[in-house]
Amino acid sequence: MHSIIKIAYRNLGRNRRRSFFSALALALGLALLLLMAAFLRGEINSALDYTIRLKSGHLQIRAPSYDETKTSLKWDDLIQDPQSLIAQVAALPQVKDATPRLYATAILVSQNKSIGVQVFGIDPQATANQPYRDGIVSGQFLTPDDREGLLLGQPLAQKLGLQTGNRVNLSVNTANGDVNEQVFIVRGIFSTGTNAFDNATILLPLAKAQAITQSDNHASVIFILLKDSRYTDQVANALANLPYKILTWQTMNDMIIQTEDMANAYMMIFYLIVLAITASVIVNTLIMAVFERMREIGILAAIGWRAREILLLFLAETALLTIIGIGLGLIIGLMIITYFSNHGFYIGNMGISGYLIGNMIYTELTFSDTLKLSLITLLITLIAGLYPAILAARLEPVNALHGSQ
Amino acid sequence: MELIKVENVTKVYKTGTVETQALRGISLTIQSGEFLALVGPSGSGKTTLLQLLGCLDQPSSGKIYLNNKDVSQLNRNQRADIRRGTIGFIFQFFALIPTLTAYENVEMPLLLNGLSSTERRQRVTELLETVRMSNRAHYRPDQLSGGEQQRVAVARALATHPLLILADEPTANLDTENGKQVMEVMQRLNQETGTTFIFATHDPRLFGYAQRTIVLRDGQIVENSHASSTQK
Repeated sequence: MHSIIKIAYRNLGRNRRRSFFSALALALGLALLLLMAAFLRGEINSALDYTIRLKSGHLQIRAPSYDETKTSLKWDDLIQDPQSLIAQVAALPQVKDATPRLYATAILVSQNKSIGVQVFGIDPQATANQPYRDGIVSGQFLTPDDREGLLLGQPLAQKLGLQTGNRVNLSVNTANGDVNEQVFIVRGIFSTGTNAFDNATILLPLAKAQAITQSDNHASVIFILLKDSRYTDQVANALANLPYKILTWQTMNDMIIQTEDMANAYMMIFYLIVLAITASVIVNTLIMAVFERMREIGILAAIGWRAREILLLFLAETALLTIIGIGLGLIIGLMIITYFSNHGFYIGNMGISGYLIGNMIYTELTFSDTLKLSLITLLITLIAGLYPAILAARLEPVNALHGSQ
Repeated sequence: MELIKVENVTKVYKTGTVETQALRGISLTIQSGEFLALVGPSGSGKTTLLQLLGCLDQPSSGKIYLNNKDVSQLNRNQRADIRRGTIGFIFQFFALIPTLTAYENVEMPLLLNGLSSTERRQRVTELLETVRMSNRAHYRPDQLSGGEQQRVAVARALATHPLLILADEPTANLDTENGKQVMEVMQRLNQETGTTFIFATHDPRLFGYAQRTIVLRDGQIVENSHASSTQK
């Protein structure tokens, strides 16, 4: 076996340029796959991260009849006296923060433009709302007792030509189905880095939101952040006896999780196409080698090499070429991925509501993705390499010695 | 001792619908230790007969016994095994593996036979010495002259202590001096080791080396004669 590998290695050195370019083709293929995998994982993780931090939390408590899609404000659909419930939830050691939120739909009117928005009534002092506080790009954050201030997402402000201090008219749906209208002052403008959220959201202090929607001491949801997402099921179980609906981030974000599954399935097809192309380059190189070295194959047969050993020789050449290609691919791939994991990859305004994606994707490559893709590459190329190897092994010694098939 | 017995062997090649009768009923016996020349013009069947004797190919009909074993109907792998242990080849073209040094080329058949590295080193050194190539052991084929390459090929053919060495036009691509050297090496090894050598040639200068000459024409033996005392 050792001699087979040695001969295989030297054979690759006979036409260094050809071997190099074949390995390079494979390397670029693998680098591309690694980049795609890292990009996809970065995107999914970022989407989950944004959505959990800004919208869903790890867990939410809702009234059994609350329908998220209708943004209902009927008292029956809301949680009454959220503070007492929060005290109960916050007592659990795994909970980082629990805060009430009131959601309402509204129309924002400035000069001649009007835009439909979602109102988030939030507790300005809650830790869970820190991402909004951190995102302030001009003006200041809300205070709990502010009665006429609101915060706007940056792209929304730009669309309406609004700046901090400007006045804006807000028409909000109320609990009894009416519309309440009030002039607010833009206290600040925020950017969470995800356009889908910033484009359609305005923030009000909870008390003001409750007042304007006439929902009194009610909240749409209790938004819960955990110290670690691993505690999700544990905490959900602990809260199961409450007369409310408990939703986990997995069920709330099933779209992201399904997207990930679907993307993985698509990616597998994509991987196979890319690998089929790169494998064909390797196979082509080896078929040329079989034809060029026919007489040599005859000599090996003449001195007693069995068909199996000739097959192994060519498979060893494929394997070596592939391993060199994989090594090179890992170097190229990791360099590109490291760059994009630090500098990010600008994708612009890509998110939709319910699927928040940051404007920048930071690539994330896991060890298991790297290992999986490298092994798939090796496997596919070896399978493809069987063809030239069988071609060589099947040559009749007599014909091979004459340099004919 | 009888090493080879050929009984009424024929070989027919088919190219499309055309059949070429390369051998037409050959029968002969070869004793162990012979130094035998197969002589005849191009197309007379020399190479075909060598290939059959060397278990590289199967006869269309007839029987070939090598060391009393019928080898005419063996499958590919069985023939490969016979070649590996029993037969050495020397080809007209200098059939060395171009990526390996002279030393490694000679070592190659031994690697397949599972010898230890010490045993291999000893054997290869001894063989290169025999063919006077010790000083060129670590040269690759493209750094050696044709005669040197052919001497390495002789050493490789001998590596596994084969009973039989088959040489197909071993000097055809060599100048007179180098051809002479190769023939002398083969002859000396035949005498020293008792290995049977069969070489095919149409070069009259080589006839004299042989103890026995078999002349083929159109796939048949037309003459089978022992050398006279004027052997060179």
